[in-house]
Amino acid sequence: MTEDAQSMTAHADLAVLLIDIAVLSMMGMTAIAIARLRSLFALVMLSGVYSLLSATWFVIVDAVDVGFTEAAVGAGISTALLLGAMLLTVRTAKADKPLKRVAPILVCVITGAVLIYATIDLPGFGDPNSPANVYLAQEFLQRNYGDIGIPNVVTSVLASYRGFDTFGEVGVVFIAGVAVALLLGFGERSLAATLSKKIGGKK
Amino acid sequence: MNPDHHVILRVTAKFLIPIIVLYALYVQFHGELSPGGGFQAGVIIAVGVILYALIFGVVDAMVKIPPVFARLLAGSGFLIYGSVGVWTMINGGNFLDYDFVIEEGPDGHWGQHIGIILIEIGVLFAVAGSMLTIFYAFAGRAPEIDDEDW
Repeated sequence: MTEDAQSMTAHADLAVLLIDIAVLSMMGMTAIAIARLRSLFALVMLSGVYSLLSATWFVIVDAVDVGFTEAAVGAGISTALLLGAMLLTVRTAKADKPLKRVAPILVCVITGAVLIYATIDLPGFGDPNSPANVYLAQEFLQRNYGDIGIPNVVTSVLASYRGFDTFGEVGVVFIAGVAVALLLGFGERSLAATLSKKIGGKK
Repeated sequence: MNPDHHVILRVTAKFLIPIIVLYALYVQFHGELSPGGGFQAGVIIAVGVILYALIFGVVDAMVKIPPVFARLLAGSGFLIYGSVGVWTMINGGNFLDYDFVIEEGPDGHWGQHIGIILIEIGVLFAVAGSMLTIFYAFAGRAPEIDDEDW
């Protein structure tokens, strides 16, 4: 490798590192803001921002499909659904007593410490010898096109190799919809009730 | 309420919602080649309708896309997915073994293609319908966002 090429790679590495640091610190700041805010509207919006940042993070670590799903589900639909749920309640959360915060902080700190301790054993990012990148992953990458005939391995694993698993996932989504509808009603009747109450109230 | 209220929002949304739905269809049918698939497309379509409901009011949205349609969509999507599995069983394969969707030689991939497209459509219907049902269940109780909330 020539000297120029070497310095180019070094620059690229530095740029990636800076982007990593920027995205992660923005995520950290958003999390702290979420923990400190009391206005529910701002909280819902900030959780959307957090999802969008984590989607960016997934793209940085080359998990494009996961990032896309996170952007659509986390930043898109959860924000809208949380907004809908927020409208049913008060607009600001009550402040806790300072003493009541001690136990949650302890739980968070201990869990975080355990997780960080666990990352020491993880293989490095993109390590070709890590268990996730040898054995089955290699095998599926090689035989995918011959078996299924479509180029996107993620789709062929999701829809064909693990079709039964995806069937279960669709079932979960369907059951979630049915469960919410069973608890809150389908919407038409409660909407009619709310509207008639509103008209009655105005009179 | 002033009819010109949020006029910028309304105009922008009218322009954006068709693009959102078109993008969802792209995500759905391009899933074989690029990231995405039924789950993401279903969520994006639901978001398009929810955006409409947030800006033009839930009542209007429920007239355009009735809650009955949303639940039918959710149920039929799950049914489509399941029936593909049953169909492959009828043809002599395992549950969801797409090689048995149509009769073809051992090297053919059309069964896989058709099976995956069918189940992705099932996923799209089920996800979009369920998300809309959930949204309607919440939104039916608080039909409008008051101005002071913004």
